Amino acid sequence: MENWRDNKLVAAILIVPASAWILIFFTLPLVIVWVFSFGERGPQGQTFLAFTLDNYARALELIHLGILWKSIWTAAITTLICFILGFPLALGVAFAPARYKNLLLLLVILPFWTNLLIRTYAWIAVLRTRGFLNFGLEWVHGKLDALFSLVKLPDVMGTFQPLALLYNHSAVIIGLVYVALPFLVLPIYATLEKLDRSLMEASLDLGAGQWRTMAFVTIPLAFPGILSGLMLVFILSLGTYLTPVLLGGTDSMMIGNLIAQEFGPARDWPFGSALSFLLLYITFIILWIRAVVARRSKGVSY
Amino acid sequence: MTSNQPIIRIQSVTKIFNRTVTAVDDVSLDIAAGEFFALLGPSGCGKTTLLRMIAGFENPTTGRIVVDGQDMQGVDPNHRPVNMVFQSYAVFPHMTVAKNVAYGLKVTGVANSEIQKMVPEALQLVKLGGFEHRMPHQLSGGQQQRVSLARALVKKPKVLLLDEPLSALDAKLREAMQIELVNLQKSVGITFIIVTHSQSEALSVADRIAVMKDGQVKQVADPLALYEKPNSQFCADFIGKINQLEAEVAGVEGKNLVVDIRGVGKVVIPHEGHAEGRVSLAIRPEKVELNAHEPGDERVKFLSKVANVVYYGSTSQVFLENAAGDQLMAEIRNRESNTATSILIGSEVWVSWKAADTLVLTE
Amino acid sequence: MKKARPTPLEYTRKRWFQLVMLFNFIFLYFPIVALVAFSFNNSRRNITWNGFTFKYYVKAFHNESLFDAFLNSLIVAGISTVVSTILGAMLGLALYRFKFPAKNAFDGWIHLPIIIPEICMGVAMLAFFSRLNITLGLFTITVSHIAFSLPFVAVVVRARMAGFDHSLEEAARDLGANQWQTFKDVTLPYMMPGVVAGALLALTLSLDDFVITFFTSGPGSTTLPIKIFSMVRFSVTPEVNAASTVLIVITLILSVGTMVIQARGGKDKGLPI
Repeated sequence: MENWRDNKLVAAILIVPASAWILIFFTLPLVIVWVFSFGERGPQGQTFLAFTLDNYARALELIHLGILWKSIWTAAITTLICFILGFPLALGVAFAPARYKNLLLLLVILPFWTNLLIRTYAWIAVLRTRGFLNFGLEWVHGKLDALFSLVKLPDVMGTFQPLALLYNHSAVIIGLVYVALPFLVLPIYATLEKLDRSLMEASLDLGAGQWRTMAFVTIPLAFPGILSGLMLVFILSLGTYLTPVLLGGTDSMMIGNLIAQEFGPARDWPFGSALSFLLLYITFIILWIRAVVARRSKGVSY
Repeated sequence: MTSNQPIIRIQSVTKIFNRTVTAVDDVSLDIAAGEFFALLGPSGCGKTTLLRMIAGFENPTTGRIVVDGQDMQGVDPNHRPVNMVFQSYAVFPHMTVAKNVAYGLKVTGVANSEIQKMVPEALQLVKLGGFEHRMPHQLSGGQQQRVSLARALVKKPKVLLLDEPLSALDAKLREAMQIELVNLQKSVGITFIIVTHSQSEALSVADRIAVMKDGQVKQVADPLALYEKPNSQFCADFIGKINQLEAEVAGVEGKNLVVDIRGVGKVVIPHEGHAEGRVSLAIRPEKVELNAHEPGDERVKFLSKVANVVYYGSTSQVFLENAAGDQLMAEIRNRESNTATSILIGSEVWVSWKAADTLVLTE
Repeated sequence: MKKARPTPLEYTRKRWFQLVMLFNFIFLYFPIVALVAFSFNNSRRNITWNGFTFKYYVKAFHNESLFDAFLNSLIVAGISTVVSTILGAMLGLALYRFKFPAKNAFDGWIHLPIIIPEICMGVAMLAFFSRLNITLGLFTITVSHIAFSLPFVAVVVRARMAGFDHSLEEAARDLGANQWQTFKDVTLPYMMPGVVAGALLALTLSLDDFVITFFTSGPGSTTLPIKIFSMVRFSVTPEVNAASTVLIVITLILSVGTMVIQARGGKDKGLPI
């Protein structure tokens, strides 16, 4: 690698334009929000620059803390479900025969490229009262009903009541899992793919069964990748805005929605800014943890 | 050395990958308890696949593998009485040396007090005493290899499988490890099966060698027989260097064969078994003698021209061309400092060898 | 032919494992496939199949505001892709080529737009533009899109360059090429698949973006995702399905294109495509 001093002009031409763009149109806006977060809201919703911690204090009031807490556990549950579904998927793709591997990987990646809004919207048709899932349940119900009347047990099932699957918090979690799953599978897949197979074979050879091999060898060795996946999913679901809006009910407000509300109808930008930075601080802490783990695992040459 | 029942019986085992690639083709082998057995062959000959089938990482497409009287069909690797030393060593990078060695005991429920005793013993055995608390990335390749060995041996397997164990070591260390492996095998008394592509490694460590090519076993013999009496052109060529001359069988005289060598004439060679038509005569280069004057009888002999002399320090290789234009190589020991220089390129010399050293290869 | 029993690490040949993977793929694909399928359904209540029709595509096409939104999306995505590809490729090349003080920190900073929650960036852009009294519209959307696409392009180009054999550049210099000629004749051809893949990625990101666009768009600058959002908040109609399907197909082509280019770029080891 070349030292920038040896070729200052070229280095500057390559680096400065992009850096300037990110500085002006990304970092500066964030700085403004950060400054706003210490400001005061005027009577007409204007933002006055000041130095007050009131906005942060408000963010930690019970009602707002509840929303933050709800966001955190929603993200945690989403991450957990993603892991339960996604880890076997990553394992399956990584250990698939070479000729299917690329196809399977493509199948995992494709939804990831599809529009977030459309993917979320697609679930409305699945979950709503007259949606595919209720339709399927009704069909099963009808079949069972017919079966019961056949054995002279009429009306055990009662009439079919469509389930309220949409516009509640479970729908939000389903939507989040759906959107985030590829983000978990890809990093785990990448680490498993690089993992030396003979380590797993050695474990089996030494007398450990599948589950022990998984617990003592595969998962510890794939840990950096697993952690990356878990954290990506967590950050993504923590800051979600769209999913609760489209799939959630009245009780589904998450921190992203609260921020949007303060910047939108509520017109309390200083408070919204404080919330926004609260979310960013959590994100930074998570990124920092990941960096520490990555640095530590680098010492051991896996 | 051998007991009545073989510890491993491989019975008509065939392995086909992806329905098209035949890696192992109808192999049958018996390996006796206590033997140091080598599977030798060029890369892609199926030797590693065969080893991995014994360990249980691949399953035969057809055929049976029996270890110590027990059919291995459907037995998972963790329930087989064999252990493996991997080519990449496969030492767990996230465990200390001691934890690596203890792993196989721990997962099979050996008591902790027992483990505490066995681990240092196993490490002593491979001369790694005192390395218990090191991490694998702090060890050299050779030391990782020893960890891998200790980890397998501590399980007291019926058979130890070694997959190209020395291929990643440098030449000096490799030779030292070969000797150490032989001593280790004698002291623990466990059957070793080693996979290698290096003929010198197989010759130096093994009691018996199976030479494989294209998924088939070509010859099974002890090192001496394999070198002196290869049964095919492939084995003769793969193990050591050899000269091959085309010849025609002219007749049989009792236990002797009369063959007509192109550009040399008829010679009488002791040979057991049947041979007719075109055959290949093979002779090891170190058995070929060069003389200024015609040597005595009982020898195959003819005049040749010296084409080139290559000096290797302890030996020299002399490349010769006979009257018919066939090439031949003689390996001579440089007993005198001027042995090599005394053979002049372009000069004529008598080339000869004992008739009994000639191999008749029909295959 | 008889098949050998599955070995311990052949997970994909174990029945229960296949079921888990099947469930995952149904979960991943059923909603999208259903959405696409019912855009062709000849019924407004799209739950039962009533025959095949294109009429919702025709309807969507004649829906002027929907079509305008689509055009807006193309304009934004087009400009954003060109700018972010050029800037991002330069940055990616620089990150591959140069070492400079505090590079790790710089690296982390450059990648922030990829990782931070979209909502944070969205409201930040809104605050920024309103502070500067810039009217929200296509311009502000495009500027924001460039800001978040650029790092993605840089990542892709840098990854591509990681496989570059630096001695090729030295060979060119040795044979008498100057710095620019070396770049043009040796480095750029190798870099190209990465640049094209980065451009396609930038295009997809821009066409897809909802959250940041939502906060930086003004009354007259609705993009397709924003338009679809406002439509789906009221009802699920086949028309929306049709519009969504169009967007899905476009991004599908773009993404498969990107992957093919990346895969091929890996194979031919850097010949110009």
